[in-house]
Amino acid sequence: MSLKGFHIVFIIFSTLLALGIGGWCVWVDLVEGAPIYLAGAICSFVIAVALVVYGVWFYRKMKRLRIIT
Amino acid sequence: MEIPYTVSTRPDTGLWNAKVGIWLFLASEVMLFGGLFSAYIFLRLDAPPGMWPHGLLNVPVGTMNTAILILSSVTVVLAWAALKMRRYRAYWWYMLATILCGVIFLTVKLVYEWPQKFDHFGAYIKPEALGKYEQYLGNEHAAAKGLPPRLEITGHLHNRAALTDPNIKEYEVYLDPVNADPTNPAMDRPHFLYVPPTHKLAPIEKEDVERATMFLPTHSAYFASYFTITGLHGMHVLGGVLVFIYMWLPVSKKLYQRNPEHLANRVEVAGLFWHFVDLIWIFVFPLFYLL
Repeated sequence: MSLKGFHIVFIIFSTLLALGIGGWCVWVDLVEGAPIYLAGAICSFVIAVALVVYGVWFYRKMKRLRIIT
Repeated sequence: MEIPYTVSTRPDTGLWNAKVGIWLFLASEVMLFGGLFSAYIFLRLDAPPGMWPHGLLNVPVGTMNTAILILSSVTVVLAWAALKMRRYRAYWWYMLATILCGVIFLTVKLVYEWPQKFDHFGAYIKPEALGKYEQYLGNEHAAAKGLPPRLEITGHLHNRAALTDPNIKEYEVYLDPVNADPTNPAMDRPHFLYVPPTHKLAPIEKEDVERATMFLPTHSAYFASYFTITGLHGMHVLGGVLVFIYMWLPVSKKLYQRNPEHLANRVEVAGLFWHFVDLIWIFVFPLFYLL
């Protein structure tokens, strides 16, 4: 596997982690009722979306530059 | 004699030498970290109730470090892409950003996170003396709520000499909030944000203590696993940073001028290693900080 392929795998795992952190924050917020965790959850979900957008941008850019053929 | 397939791919495998080498190396790394993760999981599953610390790590700091490592993976792949496009200046800046991310990660770990643990104290109370320290443990409250028992009193050790001096008969501990106010419902759950010790000083007699240490690998299986895995991971980060520094120095520009594809291949191999190291952290972070 090349670096570009591994990078896409890594971004997928990072996205899953961001979603996991978001879910964890929601769970802690439900248990503790601390607003800071809700803010953390929102940030995590936004980052997850940003990672997906970045992943798609990266794949298209590599393909356009013919680094991914 | 020139070594073949350092730049061009071997026709039958479609790979160049270093690509094969790095994946063989990463396969061995998977086995190394896989064994450590397995050990951690089995130690945790086998821990008796109340014997596995939870919520001792600072989640916001860990999250920030995670974000820094993810960012560094982005910058290293952009550095490699810049080389592929023969844009050395852009490569130089992306590589510098990667190095800085690695240095920040290590600095946070070595200057903030680890020393904070080295400065924290924990004393596991003998089962027969638990009642004597009920005011700090709140086990009747915990039992009524169906929570696991508290066996440890933690905080800032006021008389550090007590650790080594046998003539000092008790530890004086500025209690953590969970031991200062154990029946407070807010203390029923672990706190994932850093909460400093209180000003409430508690004497703990040495003869009532099963074992007492600072938060070092000797403290518990939890900290032994934590320091082993994060330490080994940190050494990998350091190794990656050193390689990147070499590739960022002017010596690499000479290689670039001579054969840019050769440098791009080197950066790709180092980038694969870096991605692997970052991927390890993607598993370390939830295991130790969240779950």
